[in-house]
Amino acid sequence: MPDALPPDQPNAARRRWMAVLARADIDELGDRLGALPPYRVLRGPEAGLVMVRGRTGGGGAPFNLGEMTTTRCTVRTDTGFVGHAYVAGRNERLAQLAALADALLQDPIQQDRLLEDVIEPLAATQQARRDTVAAKAAATRVQFFAMRNMRS
Amino acid sequence: MSTTIALPGFADPVDEAQATFRAVLDAMARPGRLHRVGERLTAPTPLDPATAAVLLTLVDNETPLWLDAAAAAARDWLAFHCGAMIIGAPHGAAFAVALSLPDLDALSAGTHEAPESSATLILQITALGTGVGYRLSGPGLREPAMLKADGLPAGFVADWQRNHALYPRGVDIILCAGTVLTALPRSVSIEEV
Repeated sequence: MPDALPPDQPNAARRRWMAVLARADIDELGDRLGALPPYRVLRGPEAGLVMVRGRTGGGGAPFNLGEMTTTRCTVRTDTGFVGHAYVAGRNERLAQLAALADALLQDPIQQDRLLEDVIEPLAATQQARRDTVAAKAAATRVQFFAMRNMRS
Repeated sequence: MSTTIALPGFADPVDEAQATFRAVLDAMARPGRLHRVGERLTAPTPLDPATAAVLLTLVDNETPLWLDAAAAAARDWLAFHCGAMIIGAPHGAAFAVALSLPDLDALSAGTHEAPESSATLILQITALGTGVGYRLSGPGLREPAMLKADGLPAGFVADWQRNHALYPRGVDIILCAGTVLTALPRSVSIEEV
């Protein structure tokens, strides 16, 4: 979760915007970025597999949960900023656009404007989506403590 | 992550890597024959397109790579596009990149049990097809073949014959210049003409 990162991490801001971009809706991201500056693709967009690892309960030993498809892309703007993106699934257009947005966000001149106009609204959309799902799930929650109380 | 990478790799990674691999395979099978590779590639300074194409094709995160001092400027590009494990000493390298002939004895020649574990030297020279003539003979060559190369030092043939004498151990060389490559497998014997 992008909001759960420790704030004292170096590059915490960049990690947050990369996470928001990776989960963004392609049309919303495209609309919010508007006109794109000239850039060059350095790698990809190309799909591949990454191993997702989890931790077992108790000891916390890592185990391989399974492989998931990801698409990565790296671009370089003509102003010299290199942006990377790794997104889940096979959405090549999103990977390329997210990489370009990452490059633009590293430009100190544009960073504040883009954070405000692109990243924050996208983050709000994603948070709203998560809240909706969480609310639906919460409505079906079974209160196990009630059963325990019944037995005693 | 590095922000100094300025150039892309292969425009079409699958086709171009396969074509380059085929060229290297054929060059190893028929020493001295010239092949064109990397014609669509913009190589990072100081590498030539052929050198860069061979590296993109053969090197990955499982093959330790050593760069000589002159080739070190391409380090970031190689680390990014090949995911290469770049090491500081030639001894443990699976691949070595050099712009001038290094000491072949410093590279791994493999063992008698596993001669395939030796290093492959990717040597970038001034030109192939012109310059000093070398006569090659050995497996893959029914008649001795002539190779013209510009940029190999005067003591190269003596160094090479010592490497050749180690067979089945020994270092293989891929010679690159511009968009041309050829290979000198350890089995080939070289005379200057």
